[in-house]
Amino acid sequence: MTVSGRESRAGLLFLLPWVIGFLAFTAGPMLFSLWLSLTHYDMLKPPAFVGLENYREALADDRVGTALWNTVFFTALHVPSQIVLALGLASLLRRAGRGSGFFRTVLYLPVMTPPVALAAMFLLLLNGQHGAVNGFLGWFGFQGPNWTTDPVWIKPGLVVMSLWTVGSTAVLYLAALTRVPVERYEAARLDGASPWRQFRHVTLPGISGTVYFTVVVNTIASLQVFTEAYAMFFGARAKQSAEGDAALFYVIHLFQEAFGSLRMGYASALAWGLFAVIAVITAVQVRLSRRYVHYEGDRS
Amino acid sequence: MRGLLLTAALVVPALVAAGCGGLGSDTSGALVTMGFGLPDEHATARVAVFRAANPGVDLRISEGAFDEQQFLSAVAAGDPPDLVYAERRKLGGYAARGAVQSLESCVREHGVDLGVFREAALRQVTYSGEVYGLPEFSSVRLVIVNNPVVRAAGLDPAALSTADWAGLGEVADRLARVGGGRVERIGFDPKVPEFLPLWAKANGAELIGPDARLDDPRVVEAVRHTTDLVARQGGWASFKAFRDTFDQFGANNQYVTGQLAVMPMDSWYINTLATNSPDADVTIAPFTGRDGQVLTESGGQAWAIPKGARHPDLACRFLVTMTDTRTWVTAATARRDALAEAGRPYGGTFTANRVADERIFREVFDPRGNPILAKGVPVVMSLQDKAFALPPSPAASELVRAWEGAVNRVLVGRQSPEEAMAQAQREAERALKRVGGR
Repeated sequence: MTVSGRESRAGLLFLLPWVIGFLAFTAGPMLFSLWLSLTHYDMLKPPAFVGLENYREALADDRVGTALWNTVFFTALHVPSQIVLALGLASLLRRAGRGSGFFRTVLYLPVMTPPVALAAMFLLLLNGQHGAVNGFLGWFGFQGPNWTTDPVWIKPGLVVMSLWTVGSTAVLYLAALTRVPVERYEAARLDGASPWRQFRHVTLPGISGTVYFTVVVNTIASLQVFTEAYAMFFGARAKQSAEGDAALFYVIHLFQEAFGSLRMGYASALAWGLFAVIAVITAVQVRLSRRYVHYEGDRS
Repeated sequence: MRGLLLTAALVVPALVAAGCGGLGSDTSGALVTMGFGLPDEHATARVAVFRAANPGVDLRISEGAFDEQQFLSAVAAGDPPDLVYAERRKLGGYAARGAVQSLESCVREHGVDLGVFREAALRQVTYSGEVYGLPEFSSVRLVIVNNPVVRAAGLDPAALSTADWAGLGEVADRLARVGGGRVERIGFDPKVPEFLPLWAKANGAELIGPDARLDDPRVVEAVRHTTDLVARQGGWASFKAFRDTFDQFGANNQYVTGQLAVMPMDSWYINTLATNSPDADVTIAPFTGRDGQVLTESGGQAWAIPKGARHPDLACRFLVTMTDTRTWVTAATARRDALAEAGRPYGGTFTANRVADERIFREVFDPRGNPILAKGVPVVMSLQDKAFALPPSPAASELVRAWEGAVNRVLVGRQSPEEAMAQAQREAERALKRVGGR
């Protein structure tokens, strides 16, 4: 089927709002921040060109190293935890039968919680001395850690909190699981495949496209983690530093430099640094996906 | 197809227009404030005084806490409010960066007597010899002792002093209750890193100033002393987690429940205690330096006029009215009357205007026999003119971050006090070099 020139023009016209929005609110600011990253700019005086000085400073900044380590550590814990739990919940939901609609709603509801409210709630739940999480662990004879004040446990605590919104990933897996043809499981069972082998050789290849998508999206989101950590450890108490910087994530450092120290040029350089990190990690994931992701039909 | 094109031609501009946001109300003729709210009579009564004296002025109070990002973006975009209300410490930094205007001509034209303002408060809004803001409220820092807990440990609340640093550790040991990794009571909370300027000053050192160094041995000693106090009461992780459970603004606050024995605190907390737990048995005493002299740090807000404000003359009239002695007395009276209607005591209003405070506590103050106010208010009054304040610095945010980060690293055991403060000094030097200030 061919598309007439008139239809093409109509299509482009419908695309125009998005294109204008993209140029005005994404591409434009990105180019402007690229320029700012080569300047000293405090919002009050005009930007002064300094070449690559901001990038050189970022490479020597101890807090950038700390923030990057915290962010990568959090991502390395958060993404696998989110995916494994979401997949487990989706598998259970698939077997829920007539109640699946109800449980799907219940599972997704926490995603609607505003992030700052979530942070405030988890500050109470994760309190090491009187929090409900440690109270629960206490029933089994474990003395839980100080999740919100011990630098060793702050990031794992944030990972625990991040699982509150696992429902958004779980519903994607549920949709993917229902698309795996039942005949493949029947064939596998006839061949004597155990449940694990069915999962490994039927389920996983069948949902690999969704797994790939959620890994990429969750990785990018984790590398940009900000709101909950800022609300818990920096924002509400207007603190510039907390718990030995154990919760100093990259975007929090960027935000502090931009709006605490008014160093827009340096913060822009940090933003482009993060952009580069995300681009590299995503490129690696895309490369790996060619080997592990299976698509139905012809990919061309 | 023609219909499709026509639809697209109509819908696209409409969507673009919608995407560009709604039309805001025109504020070009209005006097607009930022960072100020109207939570009680202290605010509403003073605003009413201005409105009554200036019936033709369209005053618009943009309620909400001060937002640095919002303010600086507005100044940078050339669309600032006419007035900004913010912490004095921040205003000094904005003056240094040129984000707020000098009030010299405003003060001169309205005949404002700057002598009525408390010295520490005025110093915070004075940069290069010029005044950039008029101070509002004034709080000081003092020590609040939980009498029953201290007496139960065999100590005399009146004899507790922050001057004897070695003795303070022993006092903390006797008062704290820690066991099995759990803190049941904090004996002495040094309130670090927030109160480090006070502890450093108690040891004779400044954190901001031409000769100040964060790696000064006296600052290092203050960091060691305060972090040791935390370490011997369960360590930071447990100590802080326990402190986070306090119902600080409720009837079951840490003094009522016995979760805390002693801590230095801002003076506004006296009113909170008096309101929520009037029967709490506390001693309110001054903080003292190691030399035994009374020592306190001043804090509070101030009004300023941003660079590029559309109505600087009206803005000047507004901030002069808001900080005027008669306006304060009117507001205090309205506040007292409102509290009286609710059957509650009025603990006074502590402003940076010394003359206003004298009149308020002579003519309006109505503690109604509240024991906490009866004990606390005289102490606060005695401290107001003895306070020091952190001087303005164009790198104030970076300096605070440097020393708070350093103390945090010591608290969690990542660095020794020497290492942490040496790193803080390097960070401070870099920040000061960037902005060309001290």
